[in-house]
Amino acid sequence: MLMGALATVIFALVILVILPSSLLSHVEAPPQLKRPSQQELLGRQIYISNGCIYCHTQQVRDAEITADVSSGLGNRASVPADYVYDAPNLLGTMRTGPDLFNVGVRLPDSNWHLLHLYQPRALVPWSIMPAFPFLFEHKPKAEKGDKVLKVPAAYAPKQGVVVITPEAAALVAYLTSLRHDYPIPDSPAFKESQP
Amino acid sequence: MTIQQGQVDVKQEDNSQYLNKASAMEMETYDQSGRQPVLLGFLIAVIWLLIGTVLGDLSSFKFDHPDLLSGQAYLTFGRIRPAHLNAMVYGWASTAMFSVSLWLMPRLCRTRLRWGRVASCGILVWTAGLIVGLVLLLQGYSDGLEWLELDRMWADPLLVVGAAMVGASVWRTLAARNVHHLYVSVWYVAASYPWFLIIFLAGNLPFYRGVESAAVNWFYAHNALGLWLTAVNLALIYYLLPKIIGRPIYSYWLSLVGFWALALFYALNGMHHLIGGPIPSWMIATSITASIMMVIPVIAVGINQHMTVVGRFGAMRYSPALTLAVIAAMSYTAVSLQGIMTALVSVNRITHFTHWTIAHSHLGLYMFVTLSLFGGMYYILPRVLKREWPSRRLIRLHILLTGGGMALYIIALGIGGVLQGLSLLTPGTGFEASVASTKPWLMLRSISAVIISVGHLAFIYHSYLLAFSRKHSTTQLPPFIEFKPVLVKERKS
Repeated sequence: MLMGALATVIFALVILVILPSSLLSHVEAPPQLKRPSQQELLGRQIYISNGCIYCHTQQVRDAEITADVSSGLGNRASVPADYVYDAPNLLGTMRTGPDLFNVGVRLPDSNWHLLHLYQPRALVPWSIMPAFPFLFEHKPKAEKGDKVLKVPAAYAPKQGVVVITPEAAALVAYLTSLRHDYPIPDSPAFKESQP
Repeated sequence: MTIQQGQVDVKQEDNSQYLNKASAMEMETYDQSGRQPVLLGFLIAVIWLLIGTVLGDLSSFKFDHPDLLSGQAYLTFGRIRPAHLNAMVYGWASTAMFSVSLWLMPRLCRTRLRWGRVASCGILVWTAGLIVGLVLLLQGYSDGLEWLELDRMWADPLLVVGAAMVGASVWRTLAARNVHHLYVSVWYVAASYPWFLIIFLAGNLPFYRGVESAAVNWFYAHNALGLWLTAVNLALIYYLLPKIIGRPIYSYWLSLVGFWALALFYALNGMHHLIGGPIPSWMIATSITASIMMVIPVIAVGINQHMTVVGRFGAMRYSPALTLAVIAAMSYTAVSLQGIMTALVSVNRITHFTHWTIAHSHLGLYMFVTLSLFGGMYYILPRVLKREWPSRRLIRLHILLTGGGMALYIIALGIGGVLQGLSLLTPGTGFEASVASTKPWLMLRSISAVIISVGHLAFIYHSYLLAFSRKHSTTQLPPFIEFKPVLVKERKS
């Protein structure tokens, strides 16, 4: 009985874990997909530790069954090659907030992201995203080398300035690096683009 | 079936008094042999229930008031929400399931519990691992995978050792059994420990990259539900229903079909969490097929448990344990059929990425798993403590508030999720519409969360009274121990 019970689970493990990992081992990064920089990797870590994944996906699904492409989340569905540098995966399961697979294409402005992280409702009044004031520092006065965030008066602290921490800058660098609008290697669009 | 029923009735008429006395003494020996780990597990579980409730409420309120308590990193939604899940799954449910397993095995193997101290230590090691993991999670150290957030360096090894120690006690007791025939509950409990260890180790290995990491993530998360939480709770329900009603399980053969089909198909289900996503389509197709095949074990278990109780639903009036076990068993059928439906592409394209999933998981983790564990505690604690629950009113309050509150929760989020999904499927409406469509339903969810929390407080207070209050005589017999089959009027066909 034990052997049988173990056999069924190990069978599933082979089918869904071991087989795919050998099949997917040859997937290579598309030439236009940049290897993440140190700062972007730090930003990715901030993304993980503050649980962005619980409200944001990073995947564009098959256009045949969803409106992902037609509602502007990307120009194509995402493929395994888009994720070769990702460990762990951040595909996500909830769209309480919008998909971020191409957020760097849609919203390339770092200042927008910084203010949006500091107080989402300063830019998007109907947003239910949490604010992340702890990624910023409140100081009475900016010191030398401090990067100050411009905050609209309604949301600014009564005194002093809001200084951007390296963590906030890294998170924004990661978000703006999420651009997957290149053609993928196996697609006809990619083959046509080659000489 | 009529023959089986007849046999039981004859036995009870002939020598019921002698049998009842002997079996009550025998049962008491088994119950007392596991007293230490069983009570320890339930105590820790109830504390986690309280912590998990607070974390869950806070997460829910943050949807209605996004600026609530956003000043501190450890109170941000993205940390509180996974902390809620981990406290409930690994703290409340799993620890209570340790106790249930350690109580069931001696009774079903007709021997005292072996290696009870090892099991107690295992529960403590597991709890230590979970505390370490949750503190690190709130500090911002997460492995980044849903259901596998707990730190793989510091927390997970303790969890593995803890579960293995409890599992060792379960298996040692099984090896010392005095029965030839193994009841279906033994199959589920004994199999669930090696299953859990395999999937938990496989899920936590650090070398998966890209979409493989997603595949392993959902292989684990789905099986944690199917091969761990479902297995032990089905075992408990399979024990409680016939025991309390006083007639044997409807079909031995169906219970075997249910067990093996669950083992075979459930383990392949995980990829339906990635429908339309960037993993090879054959993997998704495999999981959708296996999900549909889940009809077999679900219907087998559903028929088996329903036919065991049918005609005697009236007995629920006398036993809160039976009431909860019946609701949990029905919820298992409901959540499984809902899950199968959600795995179909035509439904999934609407419900994927929406609050429908949260409603679904609460139907499973609460209406099935948690209510089954509440039922188990109502049955087990008086027998181990040799003291009766002090207040019938608190029991009624607890069941009505938690059951009713969670029904409201599931309906509200289910509706909100479908509206959200339809809005996301309509290009050109903008994202704002999907947020606006969920807001009232999220508010309703927060209200139901408060109702459920009050129910939990009633239950925790009642457990405290049962365990620590000295007002009640210890010689008083629990009413459920003397419970005789209540024959509801036979339906005339």
